[in-house]
Amino acid sequence: MIKIAIIGFGTVGQGVAELLLRKKNEIEERIGKFKVIAVADSKSSVVGDVDLEKALSEKKKRGRLSGNKTAMEIVEDFEYDVLFECTPTNVESGEPGLTHIKTALKRGKNVITSNKGPLVVAYNELCKLAEKNSCKLGFEATVGGAMPLIKLVKNDLAGSGILRIRGILNGTCNYILSRMEVERMPYEQILSEAIELGIAEADPSYDVKGIDAAAKLVIIANALLEKNVRFEDVHIEGIEDLTPEAFEVAVKRGYTIRLIAEVGETLRVSPRLVPLNHPLNIYGTLNAAEIITETAGRVFVIGRGAGKLETASAMISDLIDIYDRRDLRC
Amino acid sequence: MKINLVVELEDKPGQLLKVLTPIAKYGGNIIGIIHNRKVQQKSVLVDVVFEIAEDRADKLLEEIKSSGITIRNVNEIKLSEKISVLLVGHIIHTDISDTINRIDSTGFAEVTEMDISMPELNKPSTALITISAVNKEKLEEALKILRKICEEKKIKVVEPLNEEA
Repeated sequence: MIKIAIIGFGTVGQGVAELLLRKKNEIEERIGKFKVIAVADSKSSVVGDVDLEKALSEKKKRGRLSGNKTAMEIVEDFEYDVLFECTPTNVESGEPGLTHIKTALKRGKNVITSNKGPLVVAYNELCKLAEKNSCKLGFEATVGGAMPLIKLVKNDLAGSGILRIRGILNGTCNYILSRMEVERMPYEQILSEAIELGIAEADPSYDVKGIDAAAKLVIIANALLEKNVRFEDVHIEGIEDLTPEAFEVAVKRGYTIRLIAEVGETLRVSPRLVPLNHPLNIYGTLNAAEIITETAGRVFVIGRGAGKLETASAMISDLIDIYDRRDLRC
Repeated sequence: MKINLVVELEDKPGQLLKVLTPIAKYGGNIIGIIHNRKVQQKSVLVDVVFEIAEDRADKLLEEIKSSGITIRNVNEIKLSEKISVLLVGHIIHTDISDTINRIDSTGFAEVTEMDISMPELNKPSTALITISAVNKEKLEEALKILRKICEEKKIKVVEPLNEEA
């Protein structure tokens, strides 16, 4: 029986709970029986043999769970096998996720996280901790949401010699830029509509200044290209200065403009001219990545970069990857 | 056509004019002069990059030779590599001809195309400019110069995806 603890019960944590309920049979077929032994948000929790259905409705109705054990108490003392770390991202300190993950790994527990912060701040340290304690750290959900990238490159493109990876890693920026391309409206107007639609945060600076994409790029660089880089190593430019006329001139010459995060010789996040017929020219809130390899040529992936179930689905794929009983060769 | 001419001149005043005067006479346009490599005690090597109508180039070179100047090397500069970048900002007000000149005066790269859109006075304008250079390394060098100019002038540079592996 695999024992699961879910820390962080906002959008992503609830998404994980929903998928564990909805996909129970499918998941158990691959990994065997599992149960959830603890769920915690920032101020409340529920422990024992957790009824996820009940926990979800309780959180929805009262905005909290019934118990008072803290997240940290659970991470430190409870006997779980795998920790789902779904707390909010802080790319400067990595907290509170960083302490949760370190504590769990030191105890030899597997960790699956959607939280970029800890990986941006301490990727190498966390990997060493996992190795030393013979446990695994899954972080597919930190980059590109449901778009497969981490395991795709690590497993399926293993041995192909990864040269460069670049892509569109922020759906909010891509939504704004693709509307500017099509409708030629000013940046500010589309941004305020995006905020109204919930596509952009009330404070959109994290997205539009390129910080979110840069954080993901650091994870890609460290995890997939063994770069050993920090957030400060990324040259970052946002999308705020772009004008409808910029799109007009670009399109006339066969290009559009997209915010591209790229790691090769250097790391940079900046608006780039993308040929209109290029596979990275995607529209709306989608994410996309191009992996440029030595022996496998170019590989493209496109998918939903955010969303409750999309992000949770990436975490479920990590769960199955860690515990899979099936031999994939047949 | 664009020519890079390397001549050996005596290290005394007035020698360079022996090269520049004929270039002007045949309607050539001087792009750059590099004048600092001492080869021997009494002479220096000078690189002159200039543009001239194709049918006049031979005559011009003959005239330079016949005036007693030693020509060390003559090369036609072919701009085989190019890149298009988008500029957004106050491109005109920040002296557009200076921006172009600083690329062209390198001798190895020049602005070969420019497409400008100006929405309103005092609003940022947009230009798609194409820079051509003699080879990839020089193109990258020209791009670095452009990035620096644009940083000074607070112009946003939108570069293309690099299509090589």
